[in-house]
Amino acid sequence: MNLTLRVWRQAGPTAPGRFETYEANGVSEDSSFLEMLDGVNEELVAAGEEPIEFMHDCREGICGTCGMMINGQAHGPQALTTACQLHMRTFSDGDEIVVEPWRAAGFPIVKDLVVDRAAFDRIIEAGGYVSVETGSAQDANLIPVPKESADLAMDAAACIGCGACVAACPNGAAQLFTSAKLMHLNSLPQGQPERSERTVAMVEVMEEHFGSCTNYGECEAACPKGISIDFIAAMNRDHRRALVRNRRSA
Amino acid sequence: MATTTAPDRAARSGFLLELYRSALGKKYLMAVSGLVWLGYVLAHMIGNLKLYQSPEAFNGYAEFLRRLLYPILPESGTLNLLRLVMITALVVHVVSAYQLTQMNRRARPQRYEGPRDYVVADFAARTMRWTGVIVLLFMAYHLSDFLLGWVNPAPAGATLYEKVVASFSSVPIAAFYLVANVALGFHLFHGVWSLFQSMGWNNRRFNHLRRSLAIGFTAVVVGGNLSFPIAVQLGIIA
Repeated sequence: MNLTLRVWRQAGPTAPGRFETYEANGVSEDSSFLEMLDGVNEELVAAGEEPIEFMHDCREGICGTCGMMINGQAHGPQALTTACQLHMRTFSDGDEIVVEPWRAAGFPIVKDLVVDRAAFDRIIEAGGYVSVETGSAQDANLIPVPKESADLAMDAAACIGCGACVAACPNGAAQLFTSAKLMHLNSLPQGQPERSERTVAMVEVMEEHFGSCTNYGECEAACPKGISIDFIAAMNRDHRRALVRNRRSA
Repeated sequence: MATTTAPDRAARSGFLLELYRSALGKKYLMAVSGLVWLGYVLAHMIGNLKLYQSPEAFNGYAEFLRRLLYPILPESGTLNLLRLVMITALVVHVVSAYQLTQMNRRARPQRYEGPRDYVVADFAARTMRWTGVIVLLFMAYHLSDFLLGWVNPAPAGATLYEKVVASFSSVPIAAFYLVANVALGFHLFHGVWSLFQSMGWNNRRFNHLRRSLAIGFTAVVVGGNLSFPIAVQLGIIA
């Protein structure tokens, strides 16, 4: 198939960016979106031009490294799919495809389609962990975990931190990411001792970098892992309770 | 580290101030103040149904509200207290909305250059701030019309019922009321279901009912409100 690409090119964080048009010819329907970009880059390099910078790692939809706006949708038009798992058969011969980086104050552009997602790491650092004694491994099943809690935590833990939620949100909000990371730990017995402090701290850092939620639901629709906005409601509830509890202990 | 400073800050400032400092807290306050107004718009619509009963019933209801809890409280005392609650809720709602909007604009300083394709965000959700502004302007007109009487076409000394009929007999005024109430409808629909999210009133067993509740509530309130100017125009209320 032959495609026309309009790709955002930006030399550096402060450099002005613009769309450049490229022709991608003879693309296999079975190739992934990133393989298609690889092909375009090979031609660019052969012609002595700068290749299009984009992020990728596992190319099997589990690492959360890749991500870009494809035709105005995070990770492209297919639901529950990362850009690396998006196959070119989703498009038709002769299509024009617009490719843009995530845009949010919390995700500054590094180059072309690459953004700096360190703000997510700051949120995790604030409380996305449990403090445990080190030493020899403890016996299995020492801490009983109800099946419902395990399932809920697993649903939340499916988040790969790709940033599609922030990219899709008209407010540039990171509520889906933060709530998934919070409720992953807050649902489990191991997460209880630090539950209140974790919730307040992670929300505080989230709000330093990102916007606020207006319940559009775009994040849930864009999420390649199908994380539910129910977690956002759970975070809201936990945050209010945590503010009360943290005061009591103060 | 935020983890260690959070309790210290809590000790220094009041709970409400600490709550308000966070965007999540502003959302709770928007939900609570919105809930106060939801109660109000429902009661307001039900009270106004007395227009269909008789002029005496309607005017008598207005008088009853004025003398609510009299003589425990002075005449209009309860009414003024309620007004204070409503004004406070409105100020909290509007100020929070403004501050959150500013925050959200800062969080997305550069918009997408290519066409942005929304997947699920509906018309009501995306027009909240505009339907909110329309309802606010409408409220200013509505109060000038019936409470203060500045823009009401009825002669001086008219009863409230006569004022309603005089106002709604004018086609432009009736049309304005219809438009404003449709805007209110969109605002209510998104507001009703979203307040469950903001408050974290969340249960997977009941979550699918939130949108139905929002549609039902909106239909009842807006349906009732729209019927009044239409009934006057059709001569059912005269």
